[in-house]
Amino acid sequence: MSALIDIRDISVGFVGRDGRTREVLRNIDLAVAPGECVGLVGESGSGKSTLALAAMGYLKRGLRLLNGSAAFNGIDMFAQSRQELERIRGGQLALIPQNSGQSLTPTLRVGAQLGEALRLHSALPANRHAAKVVELLGHVRLPDPESIVQRFPHELSGGQQQRVAIAMALAGEPEALLLDEPTTGLDVTTQAHILELLRDIAAERGMAMVYVSHDLGAIARVCTRVVVMYAGEIVLEGSTRHVLRSPTHPYAQGLLASIPKLDDTTLPIALDGRPPAPGDAGAGCAFADRCALVQDRCRSTRPQLVPSEFGGTARCFFAKEAGRQQGRTIGAAPVRFSSGDTMLDLDGLSISYARPRLLEQLLGRGTDVPPTVDDISISIGKGETLGLVGESGSGKSTILKTIAGLLPPAGGTVTAGNQSLPHAVEQREPGQLRQIQLIFQNPDDSLNPRHTVADILEQPLKLYFGLTGDELRSRSAEILERVRLGAHYLDRLPSQLSGGEKQRVAIARAFAAGPEIVLCDEVTSALDVSVQAAVLDLLNELKETQGTTYIFVSHDLAVVRALSDRVAVLYQGRLCEIGQTDQVFEGKSHPYTKVLLGAVLEPDPDAAPTLAADDIVERAPPARGCPFQRRCPRRLGEICDTDTPPWQSPEAGHFIRCHILLEDLNADRPH
Amino acid sequence: MTEIAATPAENTRLQRTLGVLRDVTARPSGAIGLTLVAFHVILAIISPWIVPYDYKAMDSLSMLNGPSGAHWLGTDHLGRDVLTRVLLGGREALLVTGIATPVAVIWGGLLGIFFGLVGGRLDEVLMRVVDAFLSLPWILKMLVLIVTFGTGIEVLIPTLAFFYGIPVIRIARAATHDVVARDFVSAARARGHGRITVIRRELLPNVLDTLMVEGAMRWSWMLLAFSSLSFLGFGVSPPTPDWGLMIADARGFMSFAPWGVLGPVIALSSLIIGINLTADALAKALGIDRAQKAPV
Repeated sequence: MSALIDIRDISVGFVGRDGRTREVLRNIDLAVAPGECVGLVGESGSGKSTLALAAMGYLKRGLRLLNGSAAFNGIDMFAQSRQELERIRGGQLALIPQNSGQSLTPTLRVGAQLGEALRLHSALPANRHAAKVVELLGHVRLPDPESIVQRFPHELSGGQQQRVAIAMALAGEPEALLLDEPTTGLDVTTQAHILELLRDIAAERGMAMVYVSHDLGAIARVCTRVVVMYAGEIVLEGSTRHVLRSPTHPYAQGLLASIPKLDDTTLPIALDGRPPAPGDAGAGCAFADRCALVQDRCRSTRPQLVPSEFGGTARCFFAKEAGRQQGRTIGAAPVRFSSGDTMLDLDGLSISYARPRLLEQLLGRGTDVPPTVDDISISIGKGETLGLVGESGSGKSTILKTIAGLLPPAGGTVTAGNQSLPHAVEQREPGQLRQIQLIFQNPDDSLNPRHTVADILEQPLKLYFGLTGDELRSRSAEILERVRLGAHYLDRLPSQLSGGEKQRVAIARAFAAGPEIVLCDEVTSALDVSVQAAVLDLLNELKETQGTTYIFVSHDLAVVRALSDRVAVLYQGRLCEIGQTDQVFEGKSHPYTKVLLGAVLEPDPDAAPTLAADDIVERAPPARGCPFQRRCPRRLGEICDTDTPPWQSPEAGHFIRCHILLEDLNADRPH
Repeated sequence: MTEIAATPAENTRLQRTLGVLRDVTARPSGAIGLTLVAFHVILAIISPWIVPYDYKAMDSLSMLNGPSGAHWLGTDHLGRDVLTRVLLGGREALLVTGIATPVAVIWGGLLGIFFGLVGGRLDEVLMRVVDAFLSLPWILKMLVLIVTFGTGIEVLIPTLAFFYGIPVIRIARAATHDVVARDFVSAARARGHGRITVIRRELLPNVLDTLMVEGAMRWSWMLLAFSSLSFLGFGVSPPTPDWGLMIADARGFMSFAPWGVLGPVIALSSLIIGINLTADALAKALGIDRAQKAPV
């Protein structure tokens, strides 16, 4: 059987400011057979998206083809006319981009957009388009497709938008689908649903797929073959089972080890260093600087891709040695010490974004919209790490903002140490401000692009300790060392740092205040996995040396498990469950916790997610009863809609808020 | 990746400024634009000492003469040397707009930042007032003021500065909204910095880039407005040479003495093109996409 997508010896590069040509892809061969699902993995900047787009004969602006060819169905995509390319792209070869909310036209109804795709890429007569649109929407398992046709993209949730994008791609009956991080940014439950859908569609239609992702868990679910990329070249290629279970390239091993796993109670192992910039890979192996097995030979000669005896092909001189040293490393154990003293106490916290309407103001009534976050009472011990989990919109970040004083609550109290904190940040004492520090999700947004690292670190030092002059600078340098960045970083601007380095600076800024409580808002979700592992390591180390109390917000349950002492599960701004990490992950659990746990993807070819509840996104919490009533797979009946469920405690310190009796809770536990 | 050696923080800022300047001059548009602008500014300063004739000197024997060895750009309807008047004709325009532009950018910028920070209902109401104001033709608004208060620099500068500050409000407000929503502002607030510190340290540096580009754009629009006012007889009063006025004077003889119009037209348009090219290059060097913004 001949290859459907046949990329041969392709090199792609750009001309830098210095006039040198820098290669983004280096001599890549990739063949995808009809019906085959190939995963492209690698860290950001590895060239995986560039390669997938090159398969369509498309290069991003500034990039040019230096060598090689990309053929689809025997047609050389780089030699085609514009018209010819337009016919193939979106027709036989379709692309599903990462953020499909942005790729759908905001002013066109879903039906019109799908109709256009059909008009351009389908042989169907025009009078049958309307019926076909509904059929396609049903095919991607959108509930009530007839009504979706009439909606605008912004009226759909992220997962629904992604389904519409998939339906559009299917309109031309493609032979191959290119997927560029199609589930990144979606909630875990939504992601699991979309992946199952893609799996089923590919199997039903015999479509080939090229699946680009940084997430090995997603790749494990949909792909039969995996290609690992590093610094613009393929370093390992093999069956999913081979790459995930017994990879023969040190980079792939490092990448796997850096992924936190749900059943792992230790921290993932960081992969130190960073990949070379395009054009800086040197004469030898691009991974040499970060490799544990490196020899002199690796630095001078570029290894070739050779089949190894363990299966798969690896670009490594020491694939055999790499293959033998499987699974030897164990990550550091998370630091756990809790003195029992309460550090932070949230009591009956409720937060509302809704403002009373004019009429309600006139009548002197409050708003009757249920508050976004309600009835949050959590007490966190000194030196403890509390993980706060839930899907987007569950109010995790909102709670952190309220603790930091950025968003005054509608009711309840925040007590730090034994002082009750004023609600608004402006009313807090300097000591109270210093005590609580917040680290944001995206360092690109939380570091002022116009401030140097020194400026950034000096702000808390000046504000809280009144340092000046040389002392200020030497203290800043000291803090930088603590986050494992040298003093030479002081005069750089954020744009001159990598993503991981930026987040370290943001962490350094928080710790410069000498805080007792650090609030981490999805601090690793904008980072590559290997960098994420290093940041988790750093947070763990700082906890050990500083005895800090953390609230760690994340949508990634495996990350939460690796770091937290206790876990609180939130749904629609209400607590569902709280307990010791092991109790929540292994003991009896709330139906919602079970749904979340079931949807987690593992980098394991045999792991399959359990899809219990629908992936509908709720926009507002219900006024009465259990917050999870509308999606709960184990709904008891009317009692769930009317009565607030009681707290039940299966073990000391473990609380579940559900109407289901404790002994029945785990009746259908999948594990 | 850029390698930067360890240097004090002030140098980094200087380096950035120099870097932006280098970037501007490295672009063809920036190089041409800056050259044109510099040429005009220098000429405006030194022209009184280099002009061949007295700009007022009339010569009834050589009226509307074509270009010659004695009068390179010919003479106008009063026998005055066109070259002399073209060389001097930009001084008034550059002086007035050179003062009015920074004033417009500063007051419009400050008010825009204020609106952006206040937000909410007040901001909405005030912005609708600004919109209503912008929807009136500019020449009408300006003529009302000039007719009321008279012509002359002391009226023209505040008038231009006032009217051209209004669109700056919009731009500054939008830029402020963008920056205020970003996490580094929340971070500074959460740390407990005062309002003024947050504005000065976090907000201003990020809004200033936009304002600089906006200022350059306003400058070229203002030059056009000033020349138009002169053309209509509301700007500079004769016999002071001014491009707008010269075009107005010479347009009656355009069919047989086109040099009277051509000189000032080329001078004025080269200056405006120069400013626009520079603004363009500056926007690109600062990473502000001006292409998407409609000229107000």
